[in-house]
Amino acid sequence: MSAVITEEQQALRDTAAAYLAGHANARDGRDGDMALWQGIAGLGWPAVIVPEACGGLGLGLAEAAVLLEESGRQLTRSPLFSGVALSHPLLLRCATEVACQRLLPALAEGRLISTVIAGPGLSPFVDAAGLEIRARCDGAGWVLDGTAAQVLDGDTADLAFVVARLEEGGMGLFELPADSQGVSRRPLPAWDLSRPQACWTLDGVRLAAEARLDAPGTVDAGLSAALAVTALLLAAEQVGGAARCIELTVAYTRERQQFGRPVASFQAVKHRCAEMMVKLEGARSALAGALAACPGLEGALALEEVAVARVQAAGAYRFCAAEAIQLHGGVGFTWEYDPQLHFKRAQWGGQWFGTPDAWRDAVADALFGRREEHE
Amino acid sequence: MSEIDEKTFRAEVADWMARHLVGRFEVLRHRGGPGDETAHPELRREWEQVMASGGWIGLGWPRAHGGRELPVSLQVAFHEEYARAGGPGRMGHIGETLLAPTLIDLGTPAQQQRFLPGIREGRTFWCQGYSEPGAGSDLAAIRSRCWLENGEWHLQGQKVWTSLAHDSEWIFVIARSTPGSVGREGLSFLLVPLAQPGVEIRPIRQMTGEAEFNEVFFDDARTAADCIVGAPGDGWKVAMALLGYERGLSTLGQQMHFSHELQLLVDAARAAGVDHDPALRRRIAEAWIGLRTLRANALRIFARGESGVGPEALVYKYAWSNWHRSLGELAMDVMGTAGDLQADNDPLRRLQQVFFFSRADTIYAGTNEIQLNLIAERGLGMPRG
Repeated sequence: MSAVITEEQQALRDTAAAYLAGHANARDGRDGDMALWQGIAGLGWPAVIVPEACGGLGLGLAEAAVLLEESGRQLTRSPLFSGVALSHPLLLRCATEVACQRLLPALAEGRLISTVIAGPGLSPFVDAAGLEIRARCDGAGWVLDGTAAQVLDGDTADLAFVVARLEEGGMGLFELPADSQGVSRRPLPAWDLSRPQACWTLDGVRLAAEARLDAPGTVDAGLSAALAVTALLLAAEQVGGAARCIELTVAYTRERQQFGRPVASFQAVKHRCAEMMVKLEGARSALAGALAACPGLEGALALEEVAVARVQAAGAYRFCAAEAIQLHGGVGFTWEYDPQLHFKRAQWGGQWFGTPDAWRDAVADALFGRREEHE
Repeated sequence: MSEIDEKTFRAEVADWMARHLVGRFEVLRHRGGPGDETAHPELRREWEQVMASGGWIGLGWPRAHGGRELPVSLQVAFHEEYARAGGPGRMGHIGETLLAPTLIDLGTPAQQQRFLPGIREGRTFWCQGYSEPGAGSDLAAIRSRCWLENGEWHLQGQKVWTSLAHDSEWIFVIARSTPGSVGREGLSFLLVPLAQPGVEIRPIRQMTGEAEFNEVFFDDARTAADCIVGAPGDGWKVAMALLGYERGLSTLGQQMHFSHELQLLVDAARAAGVDHDPALRRRIAEAWIGLRTLRANALRIFARGESGVGPEALVYKYAWSNWHRSLGELAMDVMGTAGDLQADNDPLRRLQQVFFFSRADTIYAGTNEIQLNLIAERGLGMPRG
């Protein structure tokens, strides 16, 4: 994959931009959400990285990134991220072929909404001891216990893919329908209304043997690779959000007059907008570099390239959202204008899938060798 | 010429460097370039002739002018392999990459025949006379004057921040040929020999203690009537065309150089025993991430090719210069109190030079403030103040 986007990717981007612009729902009530999701499913986006053998489009991460960038630009509230960026990479990395063929077709069609439970904040740097859910073998099946305090899209998901700590050690991947007996879930009041969360409590949940989806031994390595893909696609979403913050700010400051001239003509304002662009283009370059190094889900993942994209995109988005509020002046602080929505989304994105600092530490470990080794 | 495979070409460069950057040239490895221009200037001039004998000067020039007409991808590969091998900062780059393309496009056949061979053979070195004490960011405020008299151009005025003037034979200058003209009008682009009574070169001692830049004074300096590029009055156009030839082909080479500095910093952190410090580790990781980002940015620029200047090209100078400045700060923080002392061993001295010299990176070739204006106006379409 090269650093420039292909014609197909551009066409995908145009379609996505046109569709989402007409269906922005970040500030509305919940009522429109399912209609939007059905529209998105109708366009085939949930199928983007699902292999053709599993009823998907079989496209690469670059195409998924295009969709998430556009959805991040419009702050779309939909389970697209939990599906394409989170559940699908996890299944493709950790589940057996049989499990993939059974589960992915419905997910690709958008008929089922899925999420993932795999430790607080879904960090790729988690180990078995850090997982919230425990699983023990009980004769023919499994029993799951524990509380997942914050589950993304946990209020609407039909099922969760749970990475649990196995009693005998290591990790296992389980399919957990939300309506299983022993599951109770409680919606949580998130600041970012476009990223709903819920708390799931599992109390002696019994699952059949087939609910375990992984070939034993694959999850320990596969989970961190899958969540690195999630972090990479989050970077794409954040690039879209940061770009939108700049567009909104430039448009607003060109319009807004003070001292008899557009605010955009003041050098202090121009320089701040230019700084936003410097950060955005850095993030865009980092994302392009990481996508070039990680074209698909197979094979080893270039973790350090993901770190570059993750750190730059999270930083750019937070910076651009904060500057958007400042440069909008008073209205930037209001509910009515969009900067506050980006500010909340940017804050959210700095905490999940490995914080930027955790990724920096991973890079430092690669440069110096792990710190513990010296101590 | 048949298509050259990039991998073969890279191997050829690496092999040539391994065979030539040895013996008495060994001391030049990783030396020279901005921040280190005073290192072994005489030996580096000789090195240019070695380079020329290897056929490495004028890689992108048309064959009609003695070049090799290599595609951009191979020129980029050359710079990268050259830097990877620790090739010294080039003494001839102003002539090779700025003046020569200008002469090839806008010079007369006589000028081409007279000046290009010396550049290609690594014998004639050039410097650039644009900035003046009153014309920095506002370059069009040039006051140096020139006039044609008795079949010669006469030149009166002063240039400043002229890199490598003390190691050059010639300077190209923009000066005001139309008396009373202002701004971009009435300027001419002259080629002027430095070895003459009317030219005085005074080094400027900079904060590192070294002198890489100069003031160049012209007091009725002379050059031949045909040493003008373009017509009288076209000077601004020619000067801007010249800047346009700097297409960033050596960008990846520059990054290789940065990468070497970052490695020196990592080694220094280990040696100082601060590689356990979590905060410094994070900052060093951040520096590594920043450098990978610059690389990805450069690849975006090259991927866009000839199809115009994209946003990534617009932000690049601001991005690399500020990254480099932070690297210098980080290096000093790694050294701690040891950084108070002028190091006499090479890696630490080098990092200290980065710390000081990188303050110039955000000033020359468009200050941070000018860069941000350009980004806002050209990249975001914001109105001029």
